[in-house]
Amino acid sequence: MWAFLGSDCMFFGTLIATYLVYKGKSIAGPEPIDVFSIPVTSVSTFVLLMSSMSMVLAYSALTRGRMKAFRVWLLSTVVLGATFLGFQTFEFYEFANHHVEVRCNDAATEWTDLEASLATGCAAGAGGAENITVRGFSDIEYHATGEHGPEIEGKYGLTPRTNLFGTTFFTLTGFHGAHVTLGVIWLMSLFFFSFKKGGVTPKRNLDTDLAALYWHFVDVVWIVIFTVVYLFGVFEGF
Amino acid sequence: MTSKSHTTAQNDQPAEVHTGHPTPMTYFKVAMTLVVITAIEVVVFFFESLSYGIIPILAILSLVKFALVAMFYMHLKYDHRIFSTMFVAGFILAFLVIFALLGLFQWFI
Repeated sequence: MWAFLGSDCMFFGTLIATYLVYKGKSIAGPEPIDVFSIPVTSVSTFVLLMSSMSMVLAYSALTRGRMKAFRVWLLSTVVLGATFLGFQTFEFYEFANHHVEVRCNDAATEWTDLEASLATGCAAGAGGAENITVRGFSDIEYHATGEHGPEIEGKYGLTPRTNLFGTTFFTLTGFHGAHVTLGVIWLMSLFFFSFKKGGVTPKRNLDTDLAALYWHFVDVVWIVIFTVVYLFGVFEGF
Repeated sequence: MTSKSHTTAQNDQPAEVHTGHPTPMTYFKVAMTLVVITAIEVVVFFFESLSYGIIPILAILSLVKFALVAMFYMHLKYDHRIFSTMFVAGFILAFLVIFALLGLFQWFI
């Protein structure tokens, strides 16, 4: 297991390196600063950290022969892991349907590149054009009498095919999500095996120990991804 | 998973007594430390005045979290050194791969 985890470190290392190499190299489309929501990702990080705690408590209960506590903590881990996956699915959905809104009268220095791109449609909207087209955007609507003056809004979804950021980001976080999914299935199977006679017992705890190691590894990988991809990602100049 | 920690129990009682392993309270304290560090990371992130100083701060905090999980939850602190060696070797190689790729694509320039 340790040899596998060591090799998996290198696997994620290459994905993180690829993400960093291509960061800021996208020609068009959303960048990290446009789509990332640090508060939401912080909550999902908290959920994964808590799942690591419940996993270690499950293993601790098993080695102490407390099967009921083991099952409760193990099921908690499964639920928390599934919750993390729910957050990731929500995040991917939001990215794929990324909504951009710009106040046409704001100073251009306040806009991100993506917002500045959409703002080029303001002139057409002010001129009375019915179908405003801005490269890459869909569902564009111009409101001449918005709350803060004329506003324009549109959709520019981020998918693996949109730009280099999308490709590297979805590959990295997608593989991590696949690891979490595998972990959830593994822990779920241990939960059911614990009801089978001779399946998972305080004496036969190696299977659980290995699953716990895998689960904690998934957690430490996310610790790195959260810092390097999300926190550094939104920081301009990195 | 130290071999010396296995007992020869034949019944359904715990066979693996990890001598020196932390108590559930220690695990809880580690979890709370991880949560606090994550909260600090998020707070630090919103301090725009730190500018580039944010990078080493976040990197160190992340490394501390990584080490805490590896040492206590993955019980490397209590296991035989060979397990730590295998994992840390992979980790160091991963870092070397990252820096080699970044250097190859002139990321530092």
